[in-house]
Amino acid sequence: MQTTVVAAENSVPVEDEADVALCARSISAWYGTKLAIRDVSLDFRRHSISALMGPSGCGKTTFLRCLNRIHESALGASTTGEVLLDGTNIYDPGVNPVVTRRRIGMVFQRPNPFPTMSIFENVVSGPRYTGLSRNPRELKDLAEEALRQAALFDEVKDKLDDPALSLSGGQQQRLCIARALAVQPEVLLMDEPTSALDPLSTLKIEELMEQLATNYTVVIVTHNLQQAARVSNFAAFMLGDADRVGSVIEYAPTQQIFTHPNDRRTEDYITGRFG
Amino acid sequence: MIAGSRLAASRRVSGIAGVVLTGFCSALAAGLLIVILGYVVVQGWSAINPAFVTQLPHPVGVSGGGVANGIVGTLIIVALATLMAVPVGVLTGLYLAIYGRGLPAECVRFLAEVLSGVPSIAIGLFAYTILVQPFRHFSGLSAAFAFAVLMLPLMIRTSEEAIRGVPTAIREGALALGLPDYGGVIHVVLPAARPLIVTGLLLAIARVTGETAPLLFTAFGSQFWEVNPGNPMAALAMQIFTYAISPYDDWHRQAWGGALLLILAVLVLNIGARWALRGRTKRS
Repeated sequence: MQTTVVAAENSVPVEDEADVALCARSISAWYGTKLAIRDVSLDFRRHSISALMGPSGCGKTTFLRCLNRIHESALGASTTGEVLLDGTNIYDPGVNPVVTRRRIGMVFQRPNPFPTMSIFENVVSGPRYTGLSRNPRELKDLAEEALRQAALFDEVKDKLDDPALSLSGGQQQRLCIARALAVQPEVLLMDEPTSALDPLSTLKIEELMEQLATNYTVVIVTHNLQQAARVSNFAAFMLGDADRVGSVIEYAPTQQIFTHPNDRRTEDYITGRFG
Repeated sequence: MIAGSRLAASRRVSGIAGVVLTGFCSALAAGLLIVILGYVVVQGWSAINPAFVTQLPHPVGVSGGGVANGIVGTLIIVALATLMAVPVGVLTGLYLAIYGRGLPAECVRFLAEVLSGVPSIAIGLFAYTILVQPFRHFSGLSAAFAFAVLMLPLMIRTSEEAIRGVPTAIREGALALGLPDYGGVIHVVLPAARPLIVTGLLLAIARVTGETAPLLFTAFGSQFWEVNPGNPMAALAMQIFTYAISPYDDWHRQAWGGALLLILAVLVLNIGARWALRGRTKRS
């Protein structure tokens, strides 16, 4: 039977419910009493790359941070709505956000390797401290696999015990990707992962994202339109209103949003008329 | 034109005067420290020999002897004080840096500031009242408690600053991996803050090592080997005090020797504090 998962008029119609890995329903988020995003509903297709784009302050990062419940870790921050991960609402009172975050990994805007740890220790910090594995052999295998997936292994295999901070910015970011992959998540959230990197490192990460999409559901925030066009399968355009409350204007396959945007504001943004 | 050049000339003069004045004051401050250090070295050097740091005090009239029991007593008291001040100080700093907001946090911060201004003799008196009077005898432990109270405000402030200095992105990185909040704090945040916390600890130790007032009615002093902190204990700073106000030349010499030892210890602690921060000034 063909069911159509449509949470809002902006959702991409996905033919089969099983194709949706992550599904946000009516997410609103606050910082204290300040509403940052209102009623955002988006479905993210399994093993694809979805991009959230829009001008600064439109709430795309805030929304991303609601998808793994890290938004609420800031003091005074709160969220309403639902996020369904394989059909289970991660905002259900019975769901532990700590456990949820092991299934939904995150890569941050600036590389944030743990400063006191070596390259190896960084990669295995997730499995080691979440209790996934403490066996040295297993950790070594996990580290190698994660580093290979992050296309970093060949560059660091002879210096795994060097400080993580001795790596270049681009390498540090791939280390952070490896660290996120080592806990074997299903979804990978990336918050402008290349905005602090040079063009060559950016290219490497973009190639990496395409490989990752074969095994992971990737959601990326970017204010770089070319990047969204290059790497994503689906793209959402978000915009803040007069009160700087962000919401989704349009969500469609990337090809369509860049060639035949439905909304005038999307077109204005894409053609560089603002933002 | 003339007015302009006169203005320029007067500016130049006041500029030179400023450099001279600040330079003079800096030289005065640094010079004073060097004079004090030099004087202590000159006076104390002759007292320092192997016997001075390995032997017990000799009775009045018998020359020689040392302050070994005072050195050991100071080490024990400071070590116990560190054991008490570090957990409380670091955990309070953690609360203030990460969890505390609003009135409760402000109260804790304010009280810590007030505590740092309380005269050490008052803290000694407090320790005397709660840890000496009830047990009816002096003890090294009561001195350690007084020292811990003295160290606490410094430990709280440096821990808070050190933990606050760890970027939120680092802590969120740990959360995003699925570490529980305390896991991130233990495995990621505290290790990143450790060099600054250690620096603060070393400076706090340096601060109390030379304290004498609280010892007078807590550790009390002893002429004997005493390593049991439940009993009255000798401490270097108090031996200096006793020797300095005595009428004997030999003891005066030993007082200077003890002062030199204390200054060297503080110097080593300060160098240690800098060493703990090595390489950090280059970054950021």
